[in-house]
Amino acid sequence: MSRIGRAEVERIGRLARLRLDASEADALARDLDAILGYVDQLAALDTAGVAAASTVVPIATPLRADEPARSDAREPVLARAPDREGDAFLVPPVLEGEEEG
Amino acid sequence: MAGAPATVASLRTALDARAVSARELVERALARAAALEPRLHAFVSMRPEAALREADEADAHLRAGGPRSALDGIPVAIKDNIAQAGEPCGCASRILEGYVSPFDATAVARLRAAGAIVVGRTNMDEFAMGSSTEHSTHGPTRNPWDPARSPGGSSGGSAAAVAAGVVPLAFGSDTGGSIRQPAAFAGVTGAKPTYGRVSRYGLVAFASSLDQIGPLARTAEDCALALDVVSGHDPRDSTSLPEPPTRCREALDGRAAGLVLGLPREYLAADGGDPAVLRAVEEAARELEKAGASLREVSLPHTRYAVATYYLVATAEASSNLARFDGVRYGRRASGARTLTELYERSRSEGFGAEVKRRILLGTYVLSAGYYDAYYRKAQQVRALLRRDFEAAFEGCDALLTPTAPEVAFALGERTADPLRMYLSDVYTVSANLAGVPALSVPCGLAHGLPVGLQLVGRARDDGTPLRLADAFQRRTGFHLLQPELCA
Amino acid sequence: MSAYEAVVGLEVHVHLATRAKLFCACPVTYGDPPNRSTCPVCLALPGALPVLNERAVELAMRAALALHCKVSTHSVFARKNYFYPDLPKGYQISQYEEPLGAGGWLDVQPDGAAAPRRIGITRIHMEEDAGKSIHEGSGPGTRLDLNRAGVPLVEIVSEPDLRSAEEAGAYLRALQGILRAVGASEADLEKGHFRCDANVSLRRPGGPLGTRTETKNLNSFRAVEGAVRSEIARQREVRERGGEVRQATLRYDLERDKIQVMRVKENADDYRYFPDPDLVPLALAPERIEAARAALPELPDARRARFEASYGLPESDARLLVASRELADFFEAAAKAYPAPRSVANWLLRDVAAALREAGRGLDETALRPDHVAALARLVDAGRLTPASARGLLPELLSAGGDVEAFVRERGLGAVSDAAVLEAVVADVLAEQPKAVATFRAGDEKALHFLMGQVMRKTKGQADAKQVRELLRARLGAGG
Repeated sequence: MSRIGRAEVERIGRLARLRLDASEADALARDLDAILGYVDQLAALDTAGVAAASTVVPIATPLRADEPARSDAREPVLARAPDREGDAFLVPPVLEGEEEG
Repeated sequence: MAGAPATVASLRTALDARAVSARELVERALARAAALEPRLHAFVSMRPEAALREADEADAHLRAGGPRSALDGIPVAIKDNIAQAGEPCGCASRILEGYVSPFDATAVARLRAAGAIVVGRTNMDEFAMGSSTEHSTHGPTRNPWDPARSPGGSSGGSAAAVAAGVVPLAFGSDTGGSIRQPAAFAGVTGAKPTYGRVSRYGLVAFASSLDQIGPLARTAEDCALALDVVSGHDPRDSTSLPEPPTRCREALDGRAAGLVLGLPREYLAADGGDPAVLRAVEEAARELEKAGASLREVSLPHTRYAVATYYLVATAEASSNLARFDGVRYGRRASGARTLTELYERSRSEGFGAEVKRRILLGTYVLSAGYYDAYYRKAQQVRALLRRDFEAAFEGCDALLTPTAPEVAFALGERTADPLRMYLSDVYTVSANLAGVPALSVPCGLAHGLPVGLQLVGRARDDGTPLRLADAFQRRTGFHLLQPELCA
Repeated sequence: MSAYEAVVGLEVHVHLATRAKLFCACPVTYGDPPNRSTCPVCLALPGALPVLNERAVELAMRAALALHCKVSTHSVFARKNYFYPDLPKGYQISQYEEPLGAGGWLDVQPDGAAAPRRIGITRIHMEEDAGKSIHEGSGPGTRLDLNRAGVPLVEIVSEPDLRSAEEAGAYLRALQGILRAVGASEADLEKGHFRCDANVSLRRPGGPLGTRTETKNLNSFRAVEGAVRSEIARQREVRERGGEVRQATLRYDLERDKIQVMRVKENADDYRYFPDPDLVPLALAPERIEAARAALPELPDARRARFEASYGLPESDARLLVASRELADFFEAAAKAYPAPRSVANWLLRDVAAALREAGRGLDETALRPDHVAALARLVDAGRLTPASARGLLPELLSAGGDVEAFVRERGLGAVSDAAVLEAVVADVLAEQPKAVATFRAGDEKALHFLMGQVMRKTKGQADAKQVRELLRARLGAGG
């Protein structure tokens, strides 16, 4: 019984903005199925009452003073940007329905 | 190259005695790279003019007043996922073609302030996802011990650069063993610090809760010197440990007496890998016993779940960390995209290699609605159990001793068709990342003519003890001095 | 009479009044050239990491406390993952399962309502804003300005307790007043500090909730009220027709007062929330939370009640005065200088307000001071200055300030109430205006106004109106 087939891989691919052709999707479905089969062993482990590890090595919340400072990173980044109009980055027009998700 | 390999410590002595200049060291590094690189392919780029200029500055500095640090005037290499201002930061990926970082990683800023000279950027598995340095857009790095074999990964380039004697010190990153396993495969020493000890600011994130920058060098002493330069709290990294770090070099007193070494039975099982590897590791344990350490069997009962836990947590975090690579603001954008969706999909699909795509998909899946609790949340719970395993074990010992990898370097191309098999080679290293504890690998012998790595793991924040044990081991043995034939 | 009850909830995104962004030191600016205020962190360059702004935490906490929320001692930043060009990291750092505050409330009383209603606040959490996508320009394509990316926000989510467009408007005004009162945000809708999404559904009273629609990015009170009203009407119409309301994201066109369906939502968005591993949970000590609560200034509702009780002001006047903290502070200072609060309130709410509108300025943008208003009110009440003369001084006081007593003295503005002087002027006017006198005596009261006006003109408005009227009536009545 496979956990994940081509259609599911394609759905996940859309979520991740990856375009996969049919053979790629099939191969990935096989790989992911094998991996998920392996990680499924965690399900057998009793973790009732175990708090998920929230910090790796516990430390207090670091906070930053509200002091504004300018950065000089933008010039070199804009200069090499894939596409721009003046000082704005430029992308193809955003269509209805392309928002979010 | 005849004679003992140069170490940072020995070069420091030579530099301070004016027996050699920083310029000469950089010239040697560049010459050695020129000779070996066509075959070795450890580097993705070099910066000869800048390095020579900086060497001259270091020499002037040394003449004027003495070294700024143990690394002053020493040529080093950094992995291609560590940012340096004005230099490309490609992570061995197509998607970052053309990207030049406008800022220094904090670790790099500290290295430069200390006088270290970055001569080049080393090859790696794309975005640090891999254990063989075969998943690079530039092609694989070859193991100096056997060019048909992998140097390990993902910091394979850094390990090879040190093993081949191009530089005495290189920096890599370790998320699930990416410093330690290549160190083992290439016969050098490599250390992953306690999580948070070295700033991650400027390290291109793979799995944020697991990544750390660390050194690869010939000796534990060199690693300790390097860690002392790059460690310490960084206000730009919210996961950076707040307290001043312990001094690593000072911990190296050559003594193993009084220290208790735990041998986790789950890591030393007879069916756990190549018996020759296991034998070399067991002999190393006995060597440390002769040096005064006592051995004790311990158990890390959740070890068998470590790889699964790792691959769930790491890929989930990675799927999110790599979302910023979209062709919009920097890097490579697919040409002629007419809609935004097309821009995203083609830039990312053309820009990322197969292994990266695989992990992004897996990570997206385990975070997605309906699967989050069963996979990601569950994995984080198991992670807490793994951390408890370590804490319990460390109540009865000062450090753990294990093999670094279940095998010696495998052949190039042998594992690439089977991702799961590739993942399983991380079985001994991933737990230290999941628990955040310091761990290192030192060469402890040869099996089938190839280096075997011994792993030493310490308590969180106690980076000194594994280094001390490694150093004590290296004072009594000569495995770290072995060099592959291309050096001889 | 409708068979349906409207169920409305509002989600408001508010800019916190910090100087720098939430996770980096870039200045929070308005009107800068595109991408002027960016850095590796908010540009999402490889290797950049977030660090939390302390003041944003402080202000968010104040907002939560002022809304009577329970503030969590352990809240967690989570990544909300989605792709959009104004979201550079491909995720927004927000809070999900463990927000900063929850379980609060706000009392709301729209105009005409008999009593206030308590509206629940489900949660308040911190998050970063996205940049701006600009669709207009010199060619096709979308331009990205990331100046706003990373600006600190709180998102305030109400329970679906609102029942009408009027309540929605009143809720927002009350929320704005509170946020300004505690200094959490300027909450200026025109500057984009305050954006609202409205969730609307209908149900039969006592019945189950209907399908909900979401109207996004409403950025004026009128837009929110109009959108809610239109959507309630639209859904009612659909249901009464026997149709089904479909879950959708809507847009509201204020010009045309029309709801437009932007996107029908088939599936819920999958944002794949998980705790951000680059950040540590926000731990707030109970003592710190208590100290913040104790340090809260008086909130608008409490202040209004106090104005009614201590100053004897009518509720409508009190409500208007507490709408702005500057105005309320100004009033109290003026009432302290001249303890006739109702008189002072009248001046502020009528003539001063008119003068401000005329000048096109806000109270704190002028040279007018509480002492000025206190002086005007005192002088007029004492009969030493006519209301007209007092009004006449306002433009100058607004633009340049000054000493009211001195003005009155130096310019001879004092009310003329000397009976002899007034009698002489009245006599003159009556002599000059025989027609008006005749008209009045014929029964037309309006002629009296005219004659009064003539007296005022001759006295440059400084005659005491009451006295003038009495004198005129006396003379006119006396027949000559």
